[in-house]
Amino acid sequence: MTADLSQHIAGLDALELSHRERRSVAARIWARTWPMFSAILLVLAIWEVVVLTGWRPEYVFPGPVTVLGELWNRLGEAEFYDAVAVTIRRAITGFAIAVLVGLVIGAAVSRVRPLRAAFGSLITGLQTMPSIAWFPLAILLFKLSESAILFVVVLGAAPSIANGLIAGVDYTPPILLRAGHILGLRRLALYRHVILPASLPSFLSGLKQGWAFAWRSLMAGELLVIIAHQTSIGEQLDNARELSDAPGLMAMMIVILVIGIVVDMCFGAADNALRRRWGLDQRVG
Amino acid sequence: MTAPTQELRPSRADGHEPAVRLDAVSKVYGRELLALDRVTLSVDRGEFVCLLGASGCGKSTMLNLVAGLDHATAGEIDTGAGRIAMMFQEPALFPWLTVSANIELALRVTSSAKSTTRRERRERAAELLEMVHLGGLGAKRPHELSGGMRQRVALARALAQDADVLLMDEPFGALDAMTRDLLHDELERIWRERELSVLFVTHNVREAVRLGDRVVLLSSRPGTVIEEYPITLPRPRRTDSGEVAGLASAITDRLRQEVLRHAQPAQRPGATGTGK
Ligand SMILES: Nc1ncnc2c1ncn2[C@@H]1O[C@H](COP(=O)(O)OP(=O)(O)O)[C@@H](O)[C@H]1O
Ligand SMILES: [Mg+2]
Repeated sequence: MTADLSQHIAGLDALELSHRERRSVAARIWARTWPMFSAILLVLAIWEVVVLTGWRPEYVFPGPVTVLGELWNRLGEAEFYDAVAVTIRRAITGFAIAVLVGLVIGAAVSRVRPLRAAFGSLITGLQTMPSIAWFPLAILLFKLSESAILFVVVLGAAPSIANGLIAGVDYTPPILLRAGHILGLRRLALYRHVILPASLPSFLSGLKQGWAFAWRSLMAGELLVIIAHQTSIGEQLDNARELSDAPGLMAMMIVILVIGIVVDMCFGAADNALRRRWGLDQRVG
Repeated sequence: MTAPTQELRPSRADGHEPAVRLDAVSKVYGRELLALDRVTLSVDRGEFVCLLGASGCGKSTMLNLVAGLDHATAGEIDTGAGRIAMMFQEPALFPWLTVSANIELALRVTSSAKSTTRRERRERAAELLEMVHLGGLGAKRPHELSGGMRQRVALARALAQDADVLLMDEPFGALDAMTRDLLHDELERIWRERELSVLFVTHNVREAVRLGDRVVLLSSRPGTVIEEYPITLPRPRRTDSGEVAGLASAITDRLRQEVLRHAQPAQRPGATGTGK
């Protein structure tokens, strides 16, 4: 009887276990990249056509060949790497502080009810505040220094990160909370074993949005707060404008765009990996 | 079979003190929605009680009260010193943990098992998975399993709590008939092996007759116990057998009467008008 039962069960299970096949790495990378490359080619073509129409003189609005050539030249210069290194260091420092601040504020606000009432909407309000509006105050407080830039980067990114965590805590599925309660998890243990892990996807999208704000604030900051004898991407951009070096200016803009896209793709990859692990990626139909 | 731990609980042997006792328990939601009205019910040690009623009659409310997920408005609930585990209609597994880790978490939290090492817990989890015929699937994620398999993992997790009382809230409601039948056999076997006391909620009359030592019928709005049917059919029973079907149809008739009572609200002057 029991052998019969377990055989029945084994039969049903074998029918029901999902066998999701995964394509090879090369195929997946190709499937992702070819639309991207086509889009880039299309944009370059449109750009070239606009230049050919003679809408603006070439020295103000150079074509893709000139700009990419200039970019290639810069890639061979040490100063370029110094500039990128400084900017990336600021981005990482600012973002790391923002994550720390966002985590602390998010955890406190999501757990303590009076804090929620007091600061919940303020945090959302801060998110809508254009970060460039903080700069006059930042410069008053910190002079023309890196601290002024970091101050604004943190203010730009931290609210999104805190909000991501708060939303994740709020939307923890009640059934999981009940399951945790039944298992005997209370207070901090419940927070640690159920609420925090459950809010991970939302926290991750908060991080992603926070990064976008941080990167924008950083670029604004580097254009506004030029520190003497210190190069940076923003400083190079400003420099190129002063010298009316249109190809150099556009080359640096491409660099900014590419860094932004690459980091965004990293967050996207992390998000996808999480969804796959949790089984949140099962599409309808 | 008499484990030394049983000597620590003499009350279990005398069979007099029930595993769960509800004494005139009422539950009011908000201001006036009387979900349960003076429910008195007990589940003996080792007994399998099925709680049957139309949907919305307060079955889940009752289990939540017993589980301590919510507080009764009036009355008393006594679960003694026994540990309580619960299964829901959804498996409610943690998607960020593997199947095995879900069970290990339960083992870790359960106080008597606190001193165990990680490795012991892993081995124990593997045994429990074996018990629900899921041996070797511990490394999978919950979403990789079918609904029936997930529900068995949930059962294994509940068993990991080493509870005396198992509360089940329509645990097989979302499964197809064939899987459900198999899980009935499975549950019956484990209930016997472990000498569990089970309070099993369902709105499926045949399921109640198939599993229960006793079927308790609840009325709707407010929920009260209106009838109790001891089921003395020999085990194992089959859901599609004639005896089960015969008893089930008698109980279904009684349940229909109860539902019909609500089709004529004019007959109940005292009824609260909330059509929620
Ligand atoms: N948290 C709640 N707040 C207000 N009303 C509730 C709540 N939970 C259940 N109810 C109401 O109590 C009644 C019984 O619900 P429930 O116990 O879920 O019924 P069942 O499980 O038998 O279907 C229903 O009318 C339902 O609308
Ligand atoms: Mg229910």
